[in-house]
Amino acid sequence: MIPGYAGKFLEIDLSDGTFKDVTFDDELLKEYVGGRGLAAKILCDRLIDKWEELDPLGPENVLLFLPGPLTGFFPGGRICVSGKSPQSNGVVGSTVGGEFGVELRCAGYDGVIVTGQAEKPVYVFIKDSDVEIRDASRMWGKDGKETNTLLNKECRRLLSERYPRYGEWKEPAKLYIGPAGENKVRTAVVMAKWTHAAGYGGYGAVMGSKKLKAIAVKGTGPLPEVADLPRVRRMINAVNRNAYDNVLWRRWGTGGGGYSFGAKTSSEPIRNWQEEWHDEKGYGVDQFENRVWVKQAWSDFGCPTNCLKIAFVKSGKFKGAITDNPDYELQAYLGPNLGLFTPEENVFMSSLIDDLGLCGIQTGNVLGFAAELFQRGILSKDDLDGIELKWGDAEAFASLAKKIALREGVGDLLAEGTYRAALKIGKMKGKDVLKYAVQSKGIGIGAHGIRSGEDPYSTAIGYACSVQCGDHTSKTDLPIDGSGSEVWEVFNDSAVLCNFNGFGLLRNFKFDFYNAITGLSLTREDWAKGGGLKTLQIQRALLLLGGPDLKWNPKVDDDNPSRFYEPLPSGPYKGKAADRTSVRESVQEYYEEAGWDENGVPKSETLKKLGLGDIDKTLRKLRKKS
Amino acid sequence: MTAKKEPIWIARDLSKCSGCRKCEIACSLHHENRIWPEASRVRVFMLVPGADFPHLCAQCDDYPCVEACPFKALSVSKKTSAVLVNDAKCTGCGKCIEACPGRIPHMHPVDKKIVICDLCNGSPQCVKVCQEGGWNVLKTVTRREHPYGLYARKPEEQTRSLATKLYGEKAEEFI
Repeated sequence: MIPGYAGKFLEIDLSDGTFKDVTFDDELLKEYVGGRGLAAKILCDRLIDKWEELDPLGPENVLLFLPGPLTGFFPGGRICVSGKSPQSNGVVGSTVGGEFGVELRCAGYDGVIVTGQAEKPVYVFIKDSDVEIRDASRMWGKDGKETNTLLNKECRRLLSERYPRYGEWKEPAKLYIGPAGENKVRTAVVMAKWTHAAGYGGYGAVMGSKKLKAIAVKGTGPLPEVADLPRVRRMINAVNRNAYDNVLWRRWGTGGGGYSFGAKTSSEPIRNWQEEWHDEKGYGVDQFENRVWVKQAWSDFGCPTNCLKIAFVKSGKFKGAITDNPDYELQAYLGPNLGLFTPEENVFMSSLIDDLGLCGIQTGNVLGFAAELFQRGILSKDDLDGIELKWGDAEAFASLAKKIALREGVGDLLAEGTYRAALKIGKMKGKDVLKYAVQSKGIGIGAHGIRSGEDPYSTAIGYACSVQCGDHTSKTDLPIDGSGSEVWEVFNDSAVLCNFNGFGLLRNFKFDFYNAITGLSLTREDWAKGGGLKTLQIQRALLLLGGPDLKWNPKVDDDNPSRFYEPLPSGPYKGKAADRTSVRESVQEYYEEAGWDENGVPKSETLKKLGLGDIDKTLRKLRKKS
Repeated sequence: MTAKKEPIWIARDLSKCSGCRKCEIACSLHHENRIWPEASRVRVFMLVPGADFPHLCAQCDDYPCVEACPFKALSVSKKTSAVLVNDAKCTGCGKCIEACPGRIPHMHPVDKKIVICDLCNGSPQCVKVCQEGGWNVLKTVTRREHPYGLYARKPEEQTRSLATKLYGEKAEEFI
């Protein structure tokens, strides 16, 4: 067994209520590490033959909760959630912060694999090697905060009854869904700790389709044995010291972004990306800090940065709303993107989105899309069930968000996410509305625009060529082994670690950390040519296979949303836009570097060279078609 | 940090706790040479998100846990004032947990003996990491005449206080 691993995975079949331990070869773990890489490999091995027909929201989808060997050791706990995505029809490695991965590893598991579909709502309770599938009908329909409370109470009661001499039981770690997940809304998330979410991918809907309300885990063992503990301890201290020096990053987290990405870099979504610049000083980080942050430092396991802050509105129309920061993405998407420019409105919207179990980014994206259609007279008040969806009207957006989570009226249409909704509305209205859909291959673009060229977190082909599409945490760039490549994001999501604690560390640091834990000697170069690249190839293959409701045509879909080719209408970078010709050229160049043919399909020789010959067989039909 | 020569106490400012659990990591590394949250002598509870707090021995003046032990497994360190557990005598009966107003002691998950903060023989590791990170939730002070036992509160009770401080009357919905 490789040091740093617990040594087994838990596989649960919800259709018949059975579970068993499963293991993977050391060689496979060495290559794919854990989290996203391992998820891609497992999904490919099990499902590639039927991928095109496989409904992500059907019982055949395999839902994965995978930490990695660095989880719990590298400061700041995260876990990767994956499966066939109901957004892209490919695979997204969607990570979420919190203690779940740590508790799971302390319970002796390297991950949970969920198959099948329960007959009635259930949750899974794991206490070390004791696993139970329990009735969740009492929790079904409950919002995120209520679900968290109910789970804590029930699990702690069970633990006290079963182990009366243990003393007080700490809460188990939990991943759960809100009403949106239950209703299989494609922008539903897997949630933790009220405010944390695995957003991209739509795995809340997959949990809902399996009638799995939650998984709770309490592990009483230690984290797995590592190869070189003194070295791991030194490296933990190095991460801490690096973070402690970064004073304002610790103080503000990404909460400074809501103002800066508008005012400074002109790359923030405003009114569905019609603009990317604003200079609303009332939306400054100082305003969040002084008006709504009631706790300045909130963290996940072992985190020195505490980029999270607790926000609470104490008075006024939005009294009682609670969320974290909001972080930049939600500040943007549930703020300026909807024409909202006050901390209170933003906290209100974020709190509601948390409660409903929706993705703040994807839902902010589809709400903005709908509002632009309303602005242009394409969707009428009647189409929107009587909601006058005007920019800046937080309550109107809140009403619509609730309809989305419950799939009620027009909410049922928008619950399909921006891209699918655009196709349907286009048909309904006999108009091309895709040009207002700011997304890439089914996934709404993260809140980092490319038009000004000033945003440090976006690149011209970052969304177009990413195997996770609009996911701003998995962007890519040329060259494919360069510092902007997606292979490094794959490592973060496979190891599984929090990138926010990695800023400013030496480039080899994360690999050295991995080696100190596992006793192996993986280099950056090995990863870029091996596991990282193989994961990308698998994800690309499954993304292109797609189906069953949608398939991507790389010639059309490996692109930016058309909005990014419209010139910026305002701000210091007014007039700037992405250049279609140069983007196309870079996309082709990326294909070549990735070993894909001119249509973006991984070449036979590329796959064979990487030992992925079995995928090659399945991709032959795609090559014929193109 | 050098160990103090006189008895100490860990002063605690719970509402500042970020929930980072570096105290659990430091404690379990010190006592177990592993990262082992459930074996840590200080445990961070988060029954309500945001209302995270470290739960650790308050070294009450009257040490009810020591009194309650039927096997004389618990004693008070003259040097530090910490409660020390004699593993050879502890049967894990749980009487000390019942006697503690905060139900703070708990069972070591493997050894099945009670674990209680031993103040790291005068140089508490949890304090060190909390101070390094600037959270200052925990701070070592010289032990004087204060009602330290007030800090021995049950997790629910402590949570209610902290959640109310954060969320006002809204807190009742989550407790």
